[in-house]
Amino acid sequence: MHGFANPARFLRIARWLMPLCMGAGIVVAFGALGWGLLAAPAERLQGETVRIVYLHVPAAWLGMAGWMGIAVASFTELVWRHPLAGIAARACAVPGAVFTAVCLITGSLWGRPAWGTWWVWDGRLTSMLVLLFLYFGWMALSQASEASDGGQSKAPAIFGLVGAVNIPIIHYSVTWWNSLHQPPSITMGKSAMSGAFLWPLLFAMLGFTLIFGGVVLARMRAILANQQAEARLRRKALAAGDL
Amino acid sequence: MREAMDPWTFIAASYAIGVGATVAMIGWSLLSMRRAEKRRDDARKR
Repeated sequence: MHGFANPARFLRIARWLMPLCMGAGIVVAFGALGWGLLAAPAERLQGETVRIVYLHVPAAWLGMAGWMGIAVASFTELVWRHPLAGIAARACAVPGAVFTAVCLITGSLWGRPAWGTWWVWDGRLTSMLVLLFLYFGWMALSQASEASDGGQSKAPAIFGLVGAVNIPIIHYSVTWWNSLHQPPSITMGKSAMSGAFLWPLLFAMLGFTLIFGGVVLARMRAILANQQAEARLRRKALAAGDL
Repeated sequence: MREAMDPWTFIAASYAIGVGATVAMIGWSLLSMRRAEKRRDDARKR
């Protein structure tokens, strides 16, 4: 893993991996959405609204995975001081926040016909909303750190680690507290869902995960390129005696 | 008594928001990457 911490080596890999993830992700995710929307059956109790699951569940998974990415990158940055770890954390924030927002909105749109309400302040929904606010806070802190000391501050990394406490709360909220939200249908190695719903859902999760990976790699390339441009311009200004 | 709701309205809204947000995020990330890499290449040439 330390080998990939070299920005030049990372860029060599990201140049072919990013379009591969993005292209494969778009084909698999949108194919799975088409499958779920047009070919998968309606569910016995929920009827047609079950089709929202093919968007809602991948969005929920990636909202949480985004923060786990921030937490792992933050830990790596604090312990091993990898040059790319802080960049990886920054790259995870926007896609993680977007998928968390999509999860909340699609959940609300599912809740209205299924439960008769747009929103309830129960454990699962509230902890997911807290995750969205954590993303906003992390992005603000990261930008402030970048503006004040060029990203040298440890505050975003510490915030990233502390915020990870919310992930098991989201996961176990439906078993710890009474909730309108159903308990997990897919757990390690087994599923309560029929194959007719499970397969398009698994493909949608795979596709959106590949898109997420592609977006993170594109963001990392953008952040690295901006840093390199700024460093070069600063060196030139120094050499010219402007600074 | 609950009024009958057309599920397809909610499904269509979910897909429009989910797909729209994903496409916008892909476009924004690719565009910002291309802009940043062009800026770096321009800085190298100067």
